[in-house]
Amino acid sequence: MNNTKNTEAERLTFWERIYLPEIARGLGLTFKEMLKPKFTRQYPEEKWNPEGSYRGRPVLVLEEEIERCVACGLCARVCPALAIEVQASETNYDKERYPVKFEINMLRCIYCGFCEEVCPEEAIVMSKDYDLVFQSQEDAFMDKARLLKPVSELQDRLEYIRQYK
Amino acid sequence: MSDLVFVLIEATVKILAIVGIMQLMAAVNVYMERKVSAFIQGRIGPNRVGPWGTLQPFADVFKLFMKEDLVPKGADRFFHSLAPIISMGIAFAVWAVIPFSSYVDIGDRRIYLGIAPNVSIGILFVLAMTSVGVYGITLAGWSSNNKYSLLGGLRSSAQMISYELAMGLSIIAIVMLAGSFTLNDIVSYQQGWGGWRWNIFTQPLAFIIFLTASFAETNRAPFDLPEAEPELVGGYNTEYSGMKFGMFFLAEYANMTTAAVLIVLLFLGGWALPFDASALGLADGSIGLALTHFVVFGIKVFLMLFFFIWVRWTLPRFRYDQLMDLGWKKLLPLALLNVIITAFFVMFVK
Repeated sequence: MNNTKNTEAERLTFWERIYLPEIARGLGLTFKEMLKPKFTRQYPEEKWNPEGSYRGRPVLVLEEEIERCVACGLCARVCPALAIEVQASETNYDKERYPVKFEINMLRCIYCGFCEEVCPEEAIVMSKDYDLVFQSQEDAFMDKARLLKPVSELQDRLEYIRQYK
Repeated sequence: MSDLVFVLIEATVKILAIVGIMQLMAAVNVYMERKVSAFIQGRIGPNRVGPWGTLQPFADVFKLFMKEDLVPKGADRFFHSLAPIISMGIAFAVWAVIPFSSYVDIGDRRIYLGIAPNVSIGILFVLAMTSVGVYGITLAGWSSNNKYSLLGGLRSSAQMISYELAMGLSIIAIVMLAGSFTLNDIVSYQQGWGGWRWNIFTQPLAFIIFLTASFAETNRAPFDLPEAEPELVGGYNTEYSGMKFGMFFLAEYANMTTAAVLIVLLFLGGWALPFDASALGLADGSIGLALTHFVVFGIKVFLMLFFFIWVRWTLPRFRYDQLMDLGWKKLLPLALLNVIITAFFVMFVK
């Protein structure tokens, strides 16, 4: 096309160049915005409930009073941030091995979910906990007692893993 | 009671009331600004401090009081402290000539609601005071020893001088029509045509020019170049903290209120009712009528303030050359044209 008008200002019509009608249009738009419903969530009172696909704090699955973990150490091996420490020991249960120490350094964890992906027993999964606050560095070291979570609370995530992974 | 004592008491009461109203208006403005901006952006704005967040501005001021008062090392301490005082003092001084309502007759004395609303140079006083207000901002920019502050201050003075001309010329047309510089006379002039001879209808061009110029005079978007934060950090108030910053903040909102009040007085019929006041059955000079006038005035001012905020959250900032172009090459010739047309009208038609 043979466009001889080079600048934005030259392409505008007279009514666009005197600003006022366009300003009125803009004001109309913002006024309409004012009447629309708002999306603000009253956060501390009204918590957000994530879907099963959400990767929150990694936890150990607790099934029938014992953890599923067999202390194979794959999660510690795969962890890119070197956040997981596992020490194995023997037990009289069927699984024969259990973690005598299982610790996740939450200051290092990057919530990548590799530990969950690599776990052969579905023993470590990502939970929905997202409001993690620590008072000190020591407080951020999650030991086994704080990591264990009953399987009933993790159904969403377990279903998600079986379906999509 | 002698006349002198009466006048002294009257003036003191009025001054205290008006300074109180100003402070309150600044707080209300801050709250309104935050709420309106939130609503335009799909948020709900402050809602934690007090019912619906209404105490938010007081929390803001309290926070500013708690802050450390910093003065940069290379700054001129005296002028650095003086600048916010000038800004705020001038913003308050303008209100000396603003009439808030009609008058009240108590006994044989007539009390006008306003410190000196019948002063014969009302508008000139307002224009002069708003011009002096530039000193506050320019001194703040210069004394901070900071390039961004200086640029903000310079921009502010250039902008105010450019727009003051157009502003003054648009007022001249109104002064010619009303035949007086007194704000009360201009308000009563607009009571013609059954209360609807507002200057916005008789002088639409002057209204648009005055409105645009008052946005520039109050340093508000789309003309907020003196404090354009993406370019100048914070403009003239970059180096201010604590209550000194609070004073600039207060002055900005006081200026916005002043601009809204002036637009209402000059173009929107002031405190007058848009119909004959006797329809309400209230006599001239009664307290009831004065209160009605005050409420009418307040509603108009609030709508105008809402408009100011609404525009701020709608329009993007002008570029500096566009600002100058608009001021000198568009508004000034238009204002001159308007003055000439009005002069012909006043000379030959009236």
